[in-house]
Amino acid sequence: MSTDVKIPQAAPETHSATAKGIKLPIYMDNHATTPMDPRVLEEMLPYFMEKFGNSASRNHSFGWAAEEGVETARERIAKLIGATTKEVIFTSGATESDNLAIKGVAEMYREKGNHIITAVTEHKAVLDTCKRLEKYGYRVTYLPVQKDGLIDLDDLKRAMDDKTILVTIMYANNEIGVLQPVAEIGKLCHEKGVIFHTDATQAVGKVPVDVIKQNIDLASISGHKMYGPKGVGALYVRRKNPRVQISAIIDGGGHERGMRSGTLNVPGIVGLGKACAIALEEMPKESCHLAGLRNRLKDRIMGKLDEAYINGSMEHRLPGNLNISFAYVEGESLLMGINDIAVSSGSACTSATLEPSYVLKALGTGDDLAHSSIRFGFGRFNTEAEVDYVADRVIETVERLRELSPLYEMAKEGINLKDVKWAGE
Amino acid sequence: MSYSDKVIDHYNNPRNVGSLDKSSTDVGTGLVGAPECGDVMKLQIKVNRETNVIEEAKFKTFGCGSAIASSSLATEWVKGKTVDEALSIKNMDIVKELSLPPVKIHCSVLAEDAIRAAIGDWKKKQDIAKPVAAEAK
Repeated sequence: MSTDVKIPQAAPETHSATAKGIKLPIYMDNHATTPMDPRVLEEMLPYFMEKFGNSASRNHSFGWAAEEGVETARERIAKLIGATTKEVIFTSGATESDNLAIKGVAEMYREKGNHIITAVTEHKAVLDTCKRLEKYGYRVTYLPVQKDGLIDLDDLKRAMDDKTILVTIMYANNEIGVLQPVAEIGKLCHEKGVIFHTDATQAVGKVPVDVIKQNIDLASISGHKMYGPKGVGALYVRRKNPRVQISAIIDGGGHERGMRSGTLNVPGIVGLGKACAIALEEMPKESCHLAGLRNRLKDRIMGKLDEAYINGSMEHRLPGNLNISFAYVEGESLLMGINDIAVSSGSACTSATLEPSYVLKALGTGDDLAHSSIRFGFGRFNTEAEVDYVADRVIETVERLRELSPLYEMAKEGINLKDVKWAGE
Repeated sequence: MSYSDKVIDHYNNPRNVGSLDKSSTDVGTGLVGAPECGDVMKLQIKVNRETNVIEEAKFKTFGCGSAIASSSLATEWVKGKTVDEALSIKNMDIVKELSLPPVKIHCSVLAEDAIRAAIGDWKKKQDIAKPVAAEAK
């Protein structure tokens, strides 16, 4: 006797997306990057052909015009995060800012100590930089996170010693959107005389960031995560209470107060500035909108599918992030089934290294559920109609793949998958 | 990464999805892989005990598109072959047929393992059945 399973066709055409006013493919991967806001592009354009001067050219109007654009941008960024203009320096992006902050502090405060504290869920730009410093003889503590993705402040306190010179903990996680208690971390650091850097790439422009109120000493910012251009970012470097100094990692001319040499990417910087100005004005309304979209998708999916698990704290989370594991279904095959929707997965099959998401592993999520995870990143240009379409497509694809799944079959038969001795282990 | 048309076809129209009766002596079941690795394949064959020809094959897979396609293709290929002929199916044949990129070759290896495991299970059942049959004579 055989049971033949009828697998419904994977056919997106039947959903008449165009009838619902939806343009395919749908982009819902705004943590990877964001489309540029048209207003940002408009602001940037004059700086390519007309105001094309080098902002460091002090002696003619071409330079002055470029400089003006840069300084306006600098003010806008400073305003968004509660800093002064002298505290904002421009880089090629958050990866460079992370490198500069961490290596810059490590070198500058070498005499004071050689211990750095970070967390296991940090972006590779932080983790790989720390690994490099370990090769140079620095000691790095990688704090674990709790099941909800947050660090334990007591762990941090215990990890600090008299050789600790830097704590680097990201404000918002790019995979699970979880928000760390930065104000408390900063307060603890200031009490102990330790510098606090936060990779704020996913947070700036999405949640309120105030470097003074939140006791932040260094913060990395990225243009392309906030509807600005790629290839540009910034680093906030505190000047008072305490004054933080960093060694440059790029030499050659002493631009940006000696902290970052190189001709400035003027159009990019102008774009970043405009993106910040828009965010400052629109953030409260937008974060409401994004949370609405996110909750709508979550409710629709969780309402229809069983054994779907949200990864990371829902309470301390970016409004536009959702990360769900669908038991018994592998992430890449799920993405293939919703190939008219752009999202990403924590599955090993989607990573270049064939390793499952280390962030999900750090939460204690089993590898099997890490392989089954999808990250949705809502953004400024997503709509409710898109959310409804995505929900339907995800639900039907998960159901379809579960019919294909030996794990689902075994679970339905009452077998506890954890008790099985797998051939591949 | 873009998939070959054949992988997409197998994904959208998988062949022979389902299950055979595990307890039957004519059925061999291969279960390979592990959930932690992101790949689990169950491949089952029903063999004609007179001719040793694989008359039916079914699969279920937890894994990426390439894994699903590899196991779907495996069931297509084993059907109509004798058990010994099926053992000659190599993973690189699957790679070539589906145009799998290097990073997905391991999916084809797992499919080959699944075929072998199913045949191995069936053979074990025949060995167990044989002494009983001899006694009955």
